[in-house]
Amino acid sequence: MAKQIYFEDVEVGAEVVPLEKNPTTQQLVRYAGASGDFYQIHYDKDFALGNGLPGVILHGALKNAFLGHLMTDFAGEHGWLRKLGVQYRGMDQPGARVVARGKVSKKYTEGGHHMVDCEIWLENAKGEKTTPGSATVILPSRAAS
Amino acid sequence: MANKYVTDEARKQIGKVSEPRTYEVERGAIRRFAEAIEDPNPLFNSERDARKTRFGAMIAPPTFCRSMGAPIPNIKLDMPTFRGLDGGSDWEYFVPIRAGDRITVQSKLVDLREAAGRLGPMVFTVVETTYTNQFGEVCVIQRSTGIRY
Repeated sequence: MAKQIYFEDVEVGAEVVPLEKNPTTQQLVRYAGASGDFYQIHYDKDFALGNGLPGVILHGALKNAFLGHLMTDFAGEHGWLRKLGVQYRGMDQPGARVVARGKVSKKYTEGGHHMVDCEIWLENAKGEKTTPGSATVILPSRAAS
Repeated sequence: MANKYVTDEARKQIGKVSEPRTYEVERGAIRRFAEAIEDPNPLFNSERDARKTRFGAMIAPPTFCRSMGAPIPNIKLDMPTFRGLDGGSDWEYFVPIRAGDRITVQSKLVDLREAAGRLGPMVFTVVETTYTNQFGEVCVIQRSTGIRY
């Protein structure tokens, strides 16, 4: 398991360690099977083209999963992802690298929990935020042990 | 201006719930999901490692709930043909979902509204899905926005 981050280590404005993903058509098929989402725009190129798309596109839910991965890595084994929100604004295609990123926007204590809010997003090769969102994690405190 | 599709009558459907469905969370299904999203976190992949943690078992990654096909309440709208888009989701996590849990899934229509879009009226549906474990604990609440145009 990765090194645990503590509430005291976090500063507002700090960057969450970015997570690079290189989705392939094979990954889209695996995700379709694992999630049960068999909409053809995610694996049938002719079907996707016939629907006015540039080709097969990533499942929004897969991008949601990438951002979940970003935040469970950030929270660590002793932290807890409390909230995760994503909006699908732009399409992403397999064969193109995407990077999940985040930035700490707020840290506070609520109901005895040490909470950290982050702005998160998925970024394409052009630097466009195709999937913006937000997350809240509960982190362990060095003081409260 | 009056709504074209989301009439007062249509809005009476807000609050409508789906049939509940119960799923058994298999360890293999969690691992396959983690492999598909390429998340090597031992909590989602290794029973041996996960058992040593405070969770005591393998747990599901945050969006694993997607695999527990939530039935969507049947929404009636006088919209003869439309295209659908997934607008996004907001998740709240309360209790971990562990391998071996039996999760009951139920969804509810919580909002139905209309807005003017570039291609004409767009209808937004917000469905709230609740994932409850075998002890009656709410593990996850998901609010998803669908767009019809």
